[in-house]
Amino acid sequence: MSYYWQYGTLGALTAVGGAFVVIAFLGNRLMRPRKPRVEKATTYECGMDPVGEGWSNTHIRYYLFAFLFVIFDVESVFLFPWAVQLEKLRPQGTVLVEMIVFIGILAIGLLYAWKKKVLEWVK
Amino acid sequence: MNLAWPLTLGALLFSIGVYGVLARRNAVLVLMSIELMLNAVNVNLVAFSTWIRETIAIGQIFALFVITIAAAEVGIGLAIVLLIFRNRETINIDEIDLLKW
Amino acid sequence: MPFVAPHIAWHGIAPELALVGGALVALLIDAVKPAVDRRFLAGLSLATIGLAAWFTFDLRDTRAVIMQGTLAVDGVALFGRLILLITAAMTILISYHYLSRRRIHRGEYYPLLLLATSGMTLLAASNDLLLSFLAIETLSLALYVMVGFARRDEKSQEGALKYFLLGAFSSAFLLYGIALTYGATGSTQLSVISKQAAVASVDERLMFVAVAMIAVGFAFKVAAVPFHMWSPDAYQGAPTSVTGFMAAGTKAAAFIGFFRVFLVAFGALQWDWRPVLWIVAVATMAVGSLLAIAQTDVKRMLAYSSIAHAGYVLIGLVAANRDGVSAALFYLLIYAVMVLGAFAAVIVSAPGGSERLSLAEWGGIGRRYPVFGGAMTLFLLALAGLPPTSGFTGKFLLFAAAIKAHENALVVAATITSVVAAFFYVRLIVLIWLQDPPPDDGHPGIGPTPALITSLGIAAAATIVFGVWPQSLIDLARNAISHGFVG
Repeated sequence: MSYYWQYGTLGALTAVGGAFVVIAFLGNRLMRPRKPRVEKATTYECGMDPVGEGWSNTHIRYYLFAFLFVIFDVESVFLFPWAVQLEKLRPQGTVLVEMIVFIGILAIGLLYAWKKKVLEWVK
Repeated sequence: MNLAWPLTLGALLFSIGVYGVLARRNAVLVLMSIELMLNAVNVNLVAFSTWIRETIAIGQIFALFVITIAAAEVGIGLAIVLLIFRNRETINIDEIDLLKW
Repeated sequence: MPFVAPHIAWHGIAPELALVGGALVALLIDAVKPAVDRRFLAGLSLATIGLAAWFTFDLRDTRAVIMQGTLAVDGVALFGRLILLITAAMTILISYHYLSRRRIHRGEYYPLLLLATSGMTLLAASNDLLLSFLAIETLSLALYVMVGFARRDEKSQEGALKYFLLGAFSSAFLLYGIALTYGATGSTQLSVISKQAAVASVDERLMFVAVAMIAVGFAFKVAAVPFHMWSPDAYQGAPTSVTGFMAAGTKAAAFIGFFRVFLVAFGALQWDWRPVLWIVAVATMAVGSLLAIAQTDVKRMLAYSSIAHAGYVLIGLVAANRDGVSAALFYLLIYAVMVLGAFAAVIVSAPGGSERLSLAEWGGIGRRYPVFGGAMTLFLLALAGLPPTSGFTGKFLLFAAAIKAHENALVVAATITSVVAAFFYVRLIVLIWLQDPPPDDGHPGIGPTPALITSLGIAAAATIVFGVWPQSLIDLARNAISHGFVG
């Protein structure tokens, strides 16, 4: 049973966090003046007038950046188990070299992308 | 843990993916359905890995590889779809029908 | 939980390391110096394949399971590498001028080809379902791009899209089957699975679903009916050299993987899967042969013919004995050579970028160019399985293995479909020789080059030699399986 009490801190933190949000918003609502106008009811979007529909196309040039990000992001998944276990693995030199080879292959891929001008912002 | 729950979830996700591949006509949505199928497999792999309690957790390692492969597949798939859209202004797989019989 | 760093026997994967290394070097050269002479890249790739072949030869006396049981070094793996390296080398020979003619000679072709080859050779040697899956994906991902290599050609794009969508779809099935196998047996290693599958405590329902799904995945990759729909489109749309590479390489690699997984891991369940594959084999032979008759495009006809050939190789798997494996290995090698020869002939058929694709354009070509017509005739005879070509020997061996396994009905069905299939091959031969050549067929002659002539010569010589004196190759294939699969 005492094991579960360790989660008490987490529970308390959640309660305090929730209360903080509720109290802040409630206090705000109680203290602020209330004078509604049409302009105030429009969606706030960084000072720009929200024109058009909610659906908009993203330019295709973002695709390559998104793709490169996803690939390198996913490859980093393999680094975590390796990094956690590195100290215990023997022979350490070999294990290190293997990861350097892995990252080296990724680096060649990045170099290829760079040389093919994928990383430049085409206008 | 009851193994049946994650396996049911996996089977349902996989079935939704299969349905999506067969029923959708937009190539990007077909691609997303395939991704759903791969992730259904990941649910299965991780569930089995926990259930079997083997020391080296092959199932979880396998899931990592599946995630990587899925990312690579999306990259190539989107590139092909993009290529076709540039030429034909459509990615409806019913309209991509130069080759038949 | 302490991890032990796995012992890595580098020599066992030396062929693959050479291929991947060569691919990376070629990619780097292409990236840093885009204007590099393509001859240099082609030469580098051939040298890489030669190096890989040398490393493979170096492993000839080794029989072991290495890399924590994930990789088998045995006769089948070595014979598979032999087939695949020959395929890759011949593909480079037939690609070089073809790509230049079609103005799609981009440097990425060579790294992609080498990476696909490395995936294929790994699949042939894989003793673990995890590695099998990764190898299949390595070869598929590279091939998706290669099929769409003619970027401006709508047919190439369409072939790539269809191949990609159906290929990824089938990979998901294969993967689901692998996950269920893992759940039922607690391992992805083929030898462990085979032990676990034989004990009574294994969940049979789970295993049946798993075996069925893995069979679906492999059937897609080898283009067996009813999972063949992608292959005519992909074969027709792809650049012709890539089509040859797919027909020869992908088929051989996927079949060797298919054989190893089903005979090693699921050997104990063979009474359950053999009847199903029996039906698949007959359907594949029948559908491939019948639909090929209706084709008017050479590449599409050869695609359906390749489906029919997948059915013949499946006979070896249904036989499920050592003769079946050695016959299938023999068949995969001679089929790879003759189908590459046939596609090389399609490339030679016209000097420009557009080949003689329609069957009508082949009318009378043998009268004008007897040597060229003779070479194409030889490959068509071999594909039809008529003596004195290697195709006849291959079919004979497969049928003999099936009879040894008491699959007489299967042999009867295969013979009938062979007769049907012979019809469309012979029809094209008749067209080539007996029709009067039209005064203007829209193609200024044929376009042989030294590299293409070499590949045609090698393919033709092999087709005749292994048809008339097949014994040495038969012995090699028998030795490959004489001690069974390792593991």
